[in-house]
Amino acid sequence: MPVKTFRGGVHPRDCKQLSENAATVRLEAKGELTFLTNQHIGAPAKPVVKPGDRVLLGQMIAEAGGFVSAPVHSSVSGTVKSVSLKMTQSGDEAMAITVENDSEYEAVEGFGEPRDYSELTKDEIRAIIRDAGIVGMGGAGFPTAVKATVRDDSKIDYVICNGAECEPYITCDYRLMLEKPDDAVTGMKILLRLFENAAGVFGIENNKPAGIAVLSEKVAGSERMSVQPLKKKYPQGGERMLISAITGRKINSKMLPADAGCVVVNYSTLIAICDAVTRRIPLVRRVVTVTGDAVKDPSNFDVPIGINAAELIEAAGGFNCEPEKLIFGGPMMGAAVYTEDLPITKTSSCILALKRDETKGLEPTECIRCGKCLYACPEHLMPIELKNTADRRDYKAFEAAHGLECIGCGCCTYVCPARRRLSQTITMAKRYVLAEKKKGAAK
Amino acid sequence: MSSKFNVSISPHIRSRETTTTIMLDVIIALLPSVIVGVCVFGARAFAITMLSVTSCVASEYIYEKILKKPITVTDLSAVVTGLILAVNLYSTAPWWIPVLGGAFAIIVVKMLFGGIGQNVMNPALTARCFLLLSFSRIMTDFPSLDGVSKATPLALAKEGVYTPVSDLLLGTHSGTIGETSAVAIIIGAVYLCARKIIKPREPLSVIISTGIFVTVFNLIQGREVTLDYLMVHMLGGGLLLGAVFMASDYATTPVTPWGQVVYGCCVGFITALIRCVGGGTEGVSYAIIISNILTPLIEKATAPRPFGVVKEKKKREEEADAK
Repeated sequence: MPVKTFRGGVHPRDCKQLSENAATVRLEAKGELTFLTNQHIGAPAKPVVKPGDRVLLGQMIAEAGGFVSAPVHSSVSGTVKSVSLKMTQSGDEAMAITVENDSEYEAVEGFGEPRDYSELTKDEIRAIIRDAGIVGMGGAGFPTAVKATVRDDSKIDYVICNGAECEPYITCDYRLMLEKPDDAVTGMKILLRLFENAAGVFGIENNKPAGIAVLSEKVAGSERMSVQPLKKKYPQGGERMLISAITGRKINSKMLPADAGCVVVNYSTLIAICDAVTRRIPLVRRVVTVTGDAVKDPSNFDVPIGINAAELIEAAGGFNCEPEKLIFGGPMMGAAVYTEDLPITKTSSCILALKRDETKGLEPTECIRCGKCLYACPEHLMPIELKNTADRRDYKAFEAAHGLECIGCGCCTYVCPARRRLSQTITMAKRYVLAEKKKGAAK
Repeated sequence: MSSKFNVSISPHIRSRETTTTIMLDVIIALLPSVIVGVCVFGARAFAITMLSVTSCVASEYIYEKILKKPITVTDLSAVVTGLILAVNLYSTAPWWIPVLGGAFAIIVVKMLFGGIGQNVMNPALTARCFLLLSFSRIMTDFPSLDGVSKATPLALAKEGVYTPVSDLLLGTHSGTIGETSAVAIIIGAVYLCARKIIKPREPLSVIISTGIFVTVFNLIQGREVTLDYLMVHMLGGGLLLGAVFMASDYATTPVTPWGQVVYGCCVGFITALIRCVGGGTEGVSYAIIISNILTPLIEKATAPRPFGVVKEKKKREEEADAK
């Protein structure tokens, strides 16, 4: 099958060999667990427990705070220690529920019991996905139930599984392709029940030939499902780039994938859907890659959500030297954190510890107008022009140059030979413009 | 557990390419032309090249030192300017020509406009045009080959004498230090394209459009156009050199893909106009610096259409269709 892709993008070294052959290891939490209420895009969840309460594995401890929101479930049984503001990976504070693990794993009723999805109605499936607190597990954390609720189900002709995993280092989806392909296929079948006219496509980058082979075998003979190899290129897993590579349709910032007849879900999310629908297990665990040249034994761990990141690093043998940088997520879009004392969330795909901080002391020099940012921009913008408008705070010109279309992938900064902080400035300007618009709308 | 890590906004990795490595690649690409120039025109060509490079680097250093600005000579862009100026000079030039040209290129054309990336016109070419206008006799003193002073292929072509293509390819004819050997320039061009420093569309649009416009202007004037004549225009003179190394200059040419093609066609049009309609024998240098001035306009008109953004007009049509 021909390899598909989009125009633009960059080719960083993928460094996946560090952890791609490490089979997933199941890890239980030793210390207390912290469940943040903002593990998704949209309104934060509202805690429904109070300190001193006993909670069970799979019990909802925070309810959805609105339509675009998701509930949070406890991943262990134990006692609620506190409901208070806690630091998140982005440096913000958010309401969080801390649970003392009693290591008994007493589950709520029905947890893990099989269920036949073929007898469920569409509304029932959507309700299950919503109540299981499933969100996009690739990084953005958009509530999956909202994604799966479109105006007209029959107009959706593609359900795309995002198995690109284009960020360097991360291997959690790849391991799941090898270890749980059946669950992903079931997850896809469940989604295809919602969209009767859709074809299910697994989009996988061609640096994962084993993943492509396993899934191709699983979907062989299926009329509605197929595997589409994609070129290894960052940001191939960006929603807009993925849709364009697979369907040739292009959407902009004002459109949703559904406008192009697509629903896009991450590979890990498909498995979460399968767990929720066929086993009555809400989203309480995920696979996290712990990697980087400062980690002794790079590994993939199946961990309860809420576990402290320090426990994962310890399980991976700890650091072999003091890392200069610790990143939650991949090196292109992940968040650098100053401490490992942070909880794993639904969207934490990777903990990356780097011996050397490549960006330390990189002073920007004058732009030489090489145009490399233009050719790298997957959105076909002119980062050079956007940065100029943002630098002189001309936000009108910034919008006119389509600054709001930026997806913040960081390709422009990655390629810039003058080391200019293009994507950083553009992202800040974009946030400012969006905040001003929100203010204007509120008035 | 209170270790501290560096915090910064993503991305946390960078490509290895820097301004310096790009300039180094351009220097490597220019070397074949310089070497052929030295072989054909002798040690004097080498001395001129060295003087020009030294003058450029020294001018930048002294300027920044006096104005207490950060010293930027290590980015090697002054070396590139010096080399490009040198390959555009005749080996017969007196020693002060490359020294004056280099100082003019760096101080007047580059630094006064704000340094690297900010200059409006190509420094080396503007310096060459300045020298050409100020010292026209010295600057048009063709060097002799085998002891005989010979006109350049383009000058000979005006008199109906066409230089053989083999001479044009190897560079065994009169001309500036770097412009004579088409093969050497093409080696440099292939290297630059392979290293993705320039896009092939930039030199190709200049060369192809020059060929087309030369043909058109000659036919309009009722002159016959032969293949030999076209070859002299394409390979003789400074066209190849200009197309590869100067019409692809980062600072002074459009960054947009279509803009680069439009720009190339502008250069081709003006070159053909000067060579065939005007009185000059050469024209590439002027064509490039005139087109440099059009760069911001071309760039504005050819801004790429963002991903998934539909043009307003098309959008309205689609909405009308939907209704």
